Amino acid sequence: MNLEKYDKKPTRHGFGKGLVELGERDERIVVLGGDITGSVMTQWFKDKFPDRFFSIGVAEQNATTIAAGLALSGKIPFFASYGAFCALRNADQLRISVCYNETNVKIGGGHSGISVGPDGATHQVLEDIAFLRALPNMTLVVPCDYVEARKATVALGEMVGPGYIRFARSATPVFTRDDTPFTLGKAEVFRQGGDVAIIACGPLVWEALTAAEELSKEGVDARVINLHTVKPLDVETVVTAARDCGVIVTAEEHQILGGMGSAVAQAVVKNAPVPIEFVGVTDTFGGSGDPDHLMDVFGLRSQYIIKSVRKVLKRKQKEITGIQPITQVGEEGEGPVNYPKPLEKFLLDELHKAEENYPPKGVPAESLEPVT
Amino acid sequence: MDPRAILLIIHVYLCYNTRTTTLSVFICVYGSLLFICLPFVLIFTFLSFGQEKNDSSQHMPYTNERHSAEKLKDIATEIRRDIVRSLVVAKSGHSGGPLGSSDIFATLYFGGVMNYDPKDPRKEGRDRFVLSAGHMCPVLYATLANAGFFPRSELLTLRQFGSRLQGHPGRDMGLPGIETSSGSLGQGLSIAVGMAISDKLVDRNDARVYSLTGDGELQEGSIWEAVMAAGHFKLDNFCMIVDNNDCQIDGRVGDVMNVYPLKEKFESFNFHTIEVDGHDHAALLAAFDEAKSVKGKPTCIIAKTYMGQGVSFMEDDYTWHGKPPNDEQAEQALKELGVLS
Repeated sequence: MNLEKYDKKPTRHGFGKGLVELGERDERIVVLGGDITGSVMTQWFKDKFPDRFFSIGVAEQNATTIAAGLALSGKIPFFASYGAFCALRNADQLRISVCYNETNVKIGGGHSGISVGPDGATHQVLEDIAFLRALPNMTLVVPCDYVEARKATVALGEMVGPGYIRFARSATPVFTRDDTPFTLGKAEVFRQGGDVAIIACGPLVWEALTAAEELSKEGVDARVINLHTVKPLDVETVVTAARDCGVIVTAEEHQILGGMGSAVAQAVVKNAPVPIEFVGVTDTFGGSGDPDHLMDVFGLRSQYIIKSVRKVLKRKQKEITGIQPITQVGEEGEGPVNYPKPLEKFLLDELHKAEENYPPKGVPAESLEPVT
Repeated sequence: MDPRAILLIIHVYLCYNTRTTTLSVFICVYGSLLFICLPFVLIFTFLSFGQEKNDSSQHMPYTNERHSAEKLKDIATEIRRDIVRSLVVAKSGHSGGPLGSSDIFATLYFGGVMNYDPKDPRKEGRDRFVLSAGHMCPVLYATLANAGFFPRSELLTLRQFGSRLQGHPGRDMGLPGIETSSGSLGQGLSIAVGMAISDKLVDRNDARVYSLTGDGELQEGSIWEAVMAAGHFKLDNFCMIVDNNDCQIDGRVGDVMNVYPLKEKFESFNFHTIEVDGHDHAALLAAFDEAKSVKGKPTCIIAKTYMGQGVSFMEDDYTWHGKPPNDEQAEQALKELGVLS
């Protein structure tokens, strides 16, 4: 493939375009603005459907919960802001009013990662994946380019339940096409190979492909996987890659603590333990600078992926031991995982027990007689 | 599985759905069961008759119409009894706030204020209530049971494993009448504002949204984001009630973190504000009527209440914020509420 010939467009434009597309086909789509509608591209929706756009102001906690209220009224609300403020500042709102409440709220987290550039560390969210993937009921997508961001936005709007799409500010190469397969929850193998698996998400997928091309010149045949949906994780594709390739390198524009790489490691250690190297931000904050320069400085480029591949290949075992049948986190065999839903046996038994134990000691039975 | 357990489940299910289960279904189910295990059915039926005699949970629910202020007082007392009963069985939970706000809930649900149908809890165009102060749910549960949303006996499952009556409202448990999960303070109010935006500005219907917050809850910053938005969007279909008992876990609201003055704050956020005695049913009815007539502004009803109202040893005592009565205290409370002599 010729890596030079692709145009560059930011993923946030894909989000904005996807929103307009959704708005045209579904009247239930409403969008909430948090004062930065021009930067996260909700402006396009606002221009086209002013009646279905509500400006909430710089109040991300309120916007998230208002979205929950709209969802409880049958709407499909999208709220977009910078990831720093719509994934973490509103963390409890996401946890309770969106995820526990199982409301059909979609969040667009813009300006994610270090590539925000000159705005500096306060606005460079590098911890959102770690939090969001720990939330039950959440679907988390990190699209790799403009086209995939559009598809992911539309897919989130069509799916029922809490969803989050993470996109970036800077323009990055547009290397997928309209006909490139995209299904929520299904990782795509972008390049076949059997020596090492490079699993990436977001803008790092491009870097992974670049690295794979370089590595092929050294005779290393790398498989590149676009793990756009970090949650729910496509365990099948990840573990198959571990078994086939024997070593893995993950790459993400996020802290390596708790990010996509951690999710991959958890699935791999459980099912087919193989050595893994992690490319990402290493437990440090970002800072101001030119986005491209920052990506270099923080090691989020293909050459660092190549370094990690060389490193991990040295640890490759002839044979993987401890391979298990593929299981998802929380699958049967790991103890009870679900709180009982009402009208199951639990409730009726408890109800009966409560009645048997009533009245409690010291409260005579006649206290139960109604007076009115 | 123990055949008695199966019978128990079927029996309990049928008993609690008597109004919706036709006689023929009853006969069919019991007829076939009689053939299979006659002795168990006899014993069980006998047992359940014995129970019903002592079970006040089977009394008819109160209807959704405008009850007189005097009748509302009785209903509020009945709600208070149910709160005490459910808390003493639960052995944990919040007593003070629920007892103190029983009069507000009685007026809201049985004063002809809200448009709701317990037989069709998700009816299109209904008025909705969001309990932003989620820890006060015992009063909401007792009110909903008294309105006929679910059997009153279910109140005895409060806070137990698998119960639909979670320690703070959980929508996932599907308890009829619960519009949303809440309990992380401040969030319910924003959800209610979202609902009001949907009703007034998207669907453009006549439905109204009510939400109750505590006064300590007003210390949450996001409350004022919600208040700002309600005023900004001129949500005259939105009515919030502040349960102003001046108590929170650590002490008096003014001492823990002063939120006063309230009236001026809400007015400056473009709210129509009404101060009212939260134990005066006639005044509460008038306040809710006034809220409905206001155009172009949301309404905030600041209801002055006493925590633990109706139970002498809990009244206006902030230490009763988050604990249940023990057996002896419950007996005393029920005596004061006119159940025991």
